Amino acid sequence: MKLKTFTGGIHPPDNKQWSSHKAIEDCPLPAEFVVPMAQHIGAPAVASVEVGQSVSKGQEIGSAKGFVSVPVHAPTSGEVVAVESRPHPWGTSLPAVVIKPDGEDCWSTDLQPGDPGSLTVDEIVEKVRLAGVVGMGGAAFPAHVKMSPPPEKKISTLIFNGVECEPYLTADHRMMLEEPERILQGVALLQYVFGAERVVIGIEANKPDAIALLEKECAGAPVEILPLQVKYPQGAEKQLIAAVTGREVPSGGLPMDIGVAVHNVSTAAAVADAVLFGRPLIERVCTVTGPAIREPKNLLIRIGTPLSHLVQVCGGLTEDPGKIVLGGPMMGFTQLDFDVPATRGTSGLLLLRDEDVDRQEEGPCIRCSRCVQACPMHLLPTTIAAYSRRDLVAEASEYCAMDCIECGCCSYVCPARIPLVQAIRYGKAAILAKKRSS
Amino acid sequence: MSKQLYLSSSPHIHSGDSTSKVMRAVLYSLLPACAVAVYFFGPAALTVLLIATLGCLATEVVCQRLMGQPVTIADGSAAITGVLLALNLPPSSPWWLTLLGAVIAIAIGKQVYGGLGSNPFNPALVARVVLLISFPVQMTTWSSPTPFGSGLDLVTTATPLGEWKNAVMLTGQMPPELQSGMADYFLGNMAGCIGEVSALALLLGAGYLFYKRILTWHIPATFVGTVVLFSSVFWLVNPDKYPNPLFHLLTGGLVLGAFYMATDMVTTPVSTKGMLFFGVGCGVLTVLIRLFGGYPEGVSFAILLMNAATPLIDRYSRPKTFGTSRQGVRP
Repeated sequence: MKLKTFTGGIHPPDNKQWSSHKAIEDCPLPAEFVVPMAQHIGAPAVASVEVGQSVSKGQEIGSAKGFVSVPVHAPTSGEVVAVESRPHPWGTSLPAVVIKPDGEDCWSTDLQPGDPGSLTVDEIVEKVRLAGVVGMGGAAFPAHVKMSPPPEKKISTLIFNGVECEPYLTADHRMMLEEPERILQGVALLQYVFGAERVVIGIEANKPDAIALLEKECAGAPVEILPLQVKYPQGAEKQLIAAVTGREVPSGGLPMDIGVAVHNVSTAAAVADAVLFGRPLIERVCTVTGPAIREPKNLLIRIGTPLSHLVQVCGGLTEDPGKIVLGGPMMGFTQLDFDVPATRGTSGLLLLRDEDVDRQEEGPCIRCSRCVQACPMHLLPTTIAAYSRRDLVAEASEYCAMDCIECGCCSYVCPARIPLVQAIRYGKAAILAKKRSS
Repeated sequence: MSKQLYLSSSPHIHSGDSTSKVMRAVLYSLLPACAVAVYFFGPAALTVLLIATLGCLATEVVCQRLMGQPVTIADGSAAITGVLLALNLPPSSPWWLTLLGAVIAIAIGKQVYGGLGSNPFNPALVARVVLLISFPVQMTTWSSPTPFGSGLDLVTTATPLGEWKNAVMLTGQMPPELQSGMADYFLGNMAGCIGEVSALALLLGAGYLFYKRILTWHIPATFVGTVVLFSSVFWLVNPDKYPNPLFHLLTGGLVLGAFYMATDMVTTPVSTKGMLFFGVGCGVLTVLIRLFGGYPEGVSFAILLMNAATPLIDRYSRPKTFGTSRQGVRP
């Protein structure tokens, strides 16, 4: 049977063999946690603790500001040693709470386990919000917002994203293999919240063990396990929905416009932790991998662990890295050094060697159309990029620049090494700036 | 850490493909056709190939030096233009004709527009057509093939398409023996341009490009398919006058044109829809020129005309953006 997928996309080497067979390991506590207040899309949290105050594990240390915002919690028990701006993975210094662990690692009693049988939908959503649950796929969008669609938007299909199409990353894969019960508890809770008729867990066919295990665990349950063709960006929200439902999310719209909601499998596990066990989102699985790390691992890390600690736990570097990437190689963010902390969106730490970094000079476009064939949004990347670089904002917009999901397929395939997606990002920013000023 | 780190926005990996790799593959794919040409036409073909290729490389160097630009002959595109130009010339072309063609191809066909990627027309075809119009005698003096070791000299003769056109103009009828040598036409044992004679060698090279995913089926298939279908109509209506589709396919420059000239990335549409339209357009124009035009062969003109239409085709063949109902329109 031909596996479902979307049109367009690329087949980069997945390089998951470095870490896919390695069980999740608990990462030892670092000497100091740096917990940024901004870790999600939306308004950053505001620090609610003071220097010198002692905190317990899971205690709220930053409170949410507004609806599209979530609180931030202490990753362990200890003393607040600083509340100040610290280097942040987004490339600037942002407010953070610095905690020195006391080694006790004792839980706070703020959040209570819930009985799923007696909770209303609103109570579940509130528990998720208080636990600071965000999308674990990397974008870190607050989960409670996605769980509160306006009443006129009925969600009929609930999709769980176990695709993990980024090369190198194996965090979701290991979660599905080692924590299927928690994932499925979360799946059941979210199904209850949305009242969806169809529930699908989409998994790329390169994880046959995860597919088999979840199929076994779901036997008899109203949950469909759907193997998907191995192709990047199969895990992008719109492409996943297209593969599962055959429908396209309208341009400029949201999945709920066509009655669909998508959550990452690890987000489902975090929802279960929050609702059933009263555990806030203070840890996640992060794949530390790449050719420049001695021992690639899947680590269960506390949020706020400095990257330098992760490197040390993985046996250090084999050589000076050429690039430090937070996230996957297609959409991750490069870092200046290892001083920044891992956040709720840190699905991976990828260490590339100098020789892995592509530095070939850009040449002229030869109109080979590979970017056009690869674009999963069916855009003309070379045209939009050319307009963007000439500051022809209206033309870039007319060619649907705003529909670009920045997956990077165009730049990956370009034989002339034109930074296409980078130029389109610039164009998108220019379009937004123009909109704001007018 | 002592060494410098690289900071950039994503993606951080690349397919490893490059323009020069693409160009090199195209050059390799032309080797069988060059070999067959040298086999059938001897040193004359080799001379034309060498003069055209070296001429193109030299012209590119001179142009880029004059304009104070970095010399980019290493990307291989000028060499391809040279080889393709040679393959589009008669084997008896005098040296000055070939060299003039090389200069026209690179200087007027490519560099005046800004070099690689900016030229609207296929440079080799620009040169061929300029030469054909300016030097009709030299450009239509064809030789019958004299395979290596046959001891024969090059003998002047007409191409099968030329023979047909002459006969039809004089008598209104097609000489029946014209359609009897299809195996020879396929292998390349006929009069014609250096590179257009052997369909087999060209298809071999094209197969390699398909394998390397440099060539897609869209333009060659629609071009050839349209010629076959469109010429079949005329053949079925009057088989005494019009040649059969196989004759159209194997004689003249259709295979060379459809697989190598009409697929030049720079001068053809970028979307799938656009490529299909481009191929059909080339096919229709080729048949019309061959059957009703003044020249016996129409492939070059057809491709150049469609090259001119490419920006327009691109404009109207934009792929439907994901999540929109029509081109760029929000639902």
